[in-house]
Amino acid sequence: MATVALSNVKKSYGDVSIIQGVDLAIQDKEFVVFVGPSGCGKSTLLRMIAGLEDISAGELRIDGAVANDVPPDARGLAMVFQSYALYPHMTVENNMGFALKLAGIPKAERDAKVMGAAKILQLEKLLDRKPGQLSGGQRQRVAIGRAIVRQPKVFLFDEPLSNLDASLRVQMRIEIARLHTELATTMIYVTHDQIEAMTMADRIVVLRAGRIEQVGTPLELYHFPANVFVAGFIGSPKMNLTPVVMKSAGANGATVVAPGGGEIFIPVAPTAVATPGSAATLGLRPEHLTLSDDGPLSGTVAVVEQLGGETLVYVEIGDKILVTVKLAGSGSVHVGDRVKLAVITTEANLFGSDEMAMTPLRRAPVAGKGH
Amino acid sequence: MTKPRTKIVMTFVGWGVAFLIFFPIIWMAITSFKTEIDAVQTPPRLFFTPTLENYTAVGDRVNYFQAVYNSVIESVGSTICCLLLAMPAAYAMSFYPTRKTKDLLMWMLSTKMMPAVGVLVPMYLIFRTTGLLDTKTGIVIIYTLMNLPIVVWMLYSFFREVPKEILEASRMDGAGPGQQLLLLLLPLSLPGVMSTALLSIILSWNEAFWSINLTASNAAPLTQLIASFSSPEGLFWAKLSAASLLAIAPILVFGWLTQRQLVRGLTFGAVK
Ligand SMILES: Nc1ncnc2c1ncn2[C@@H]1O[C@H](COP(=O)(O)OP(=O)(O)OP(=O)(O)O)[C@@H](O)[C@H]1O
Ligand SMILES: [Mg+2]
Repeated sequence: MATVALSNVKKSYGDVSIIQGVDLAIQDKEFVVFVGPSGCGKSTLLRMIAGLEDISAGELRIDGAVANDVPPDARGLAMVFQSYALYPHMTVENNMGFALKLAGIPKAERDAKVMGAAKILQLEKLLDRKPGQLSGGQRQRVAIGRAIVRQPKVFLFDEPLSNLDASLRVQMRIEIARLHTELATTMIYVTHDQIEAMTMADRIVVLRAGRIEQVGTPLELYHFPANVFVAGFIGSPKMNLTPVVMKSAGANGATVVAPGGGEIFIPVAPTAVATPGSAATLGLRPEHLTLSDDGPLSGTVAVVEQLGGETLVYVEIGDKILVTVKLAGSGSVHVGDRVKLAVITTEANLFGSDEMAMTPLRRAPVAGKGH
Repeated sequence: MTKPRTKIVMTFVGWGVAFLIFFPIIWMAITSFKTEIDAVQTPPRLFFTPTLENYTAVGDRVNYFQAVYNSVIESVGSTICCLLLAMPAAYAMSFYPTRKTKDLLMWMLSTKMMPAVGVLVPMYLIFRTTGLLDTKTGIVIIYTLMNLPIVVWMLYSFFREVPKEILEASRMDGAGPGQQLLLLLLPLSLPGVMSTALLSIILSWNEAFWSINLTASNAAPLTQLIASFSSPEGLFWAKLSAASLLAIAPILVFGWLTQRQLVRGLTFGAVK
């Protein structure tokens, strides 16, 4: 059992407010990922949970008990740092056993626990080495092993894979996901790699400038972004965010005018700001656009990226507005072609002038990812 | 073509500078083997019959080994005290800096800019009242205070080379400040700490102002001993040289033996 609850948690350095009131309840055994652009306060928030930073205001509860003033080692959490932060002068074995040694656990018991963690991470052969004699991936595994040995209530990861090369990153990603299932503990994971976020998370917390923009399952965030920021942040290739003008709004949806004059009807519940003539943003995933002879959008193909199984076509519709279209297969589009684009309107998102999403009306809700 | 030539020039310059710096010591060494008559000749004599009479004279007049003992106790003792005080201070300053930490460090260093003679009278009076005059304890205290700013500065810069995540990881693992210092910072910056200690020992060993003014016989270190040769019966160059050479000999040997450590420590982190 390990839950973490933040209520109106704030952090400021002097006059600068970094975390501006975060409310979040993390369930037992949940894998929660914090994402957000650089400097938005992900690490700060994680470090506040860890006890490495003071909490300026608000309340942190671990397993229901207020933990604001509990020292880091007494919180029962373990953290894996981006830089691994291994003790360079100690062997792998001593690195992993350090916490147990400090806690006064007898050597036999310590060795057994270190051995157990080493087995899980295939580190048995490396126990006598120093961190300097390990590869990046091995160091990362030792850092994780050091966390496992303590049998923490919650694992905290701060961009643990960002120093690894692409293939190793994929491998470690799978390994951490496997660990989560095996150990069945709560994990909080910070990254700015949104593929990591999408693939590993039970729930993603999107942060911007010290505030939570949205919390939800990966698919909820993908299909129902709450605002323009989340829409642009989640998904790769990015969602097309096209400026449009509201033409009319009714109970069944809204009609917008796209660049180039094409009109599109989007089945969403218009918000108060969706007055005719006001500016809005149309959010279209690249896979929800198709080439068609009579689409509402038209433009010139600027770039074609052949990825083998799929093709990304960048179409310039209007002045300097590029729209990405994802086509299956290798396609037969060429740079300079005039094309028309059709929109799967039930999948389109519409954001009002306040950048908030209007609720889609004819789209099935995403099923929750149960445990 | 210019590369080898530059190298030759640099080599000559290097040797030249080294010779300039070392010349007084060589000259002193040579003088210590002359008779008092030879020692004051102008132009100086390069060829003379060496004699050991100065050394025996020094040995007769003062208790050399007592002074060596005092020097060792006072320089090593003050260095240990200095490290005990400076390590927690440097730890706090490197890992929990406040807005005033830089100012504090500057202020500590600025105390070194004041000439010691400026506080001689108050120090003397304090020492007299507290009975610390001519005691090893007194000298250890004054040397500790004298070297503390430099030692804190050096340790501060060495500690800052240690990534703070390592200490944070240890905090998560349950290490308190003392354990962080002893189990992590000390081993991780050992070359730096060693060279700081060596420097502190050398500075204390060579200190003359306070030892001359605050000791007489019981606590007199080697520097006091040299000084005692220059005053009472006029100047005896050869004997003074012999005494000086005897005084610096231990630290010279010590410096020679530890030079690798010293250089490594002083350049520690410079290439990282
Ligand atoms: N000790 C500090 N004093 C003042 N400001 C700080 C301090 N530490 C962090 N900040 C500021 O807090 C903000 C959030 O930092 P944080 O490290 O949490 O960002 P992040 O989301 O983890 O970014 P990244 O993805 O680059 O790691 C940044 O703007 C940073 O400049
Ligand atoms: Mg960060």
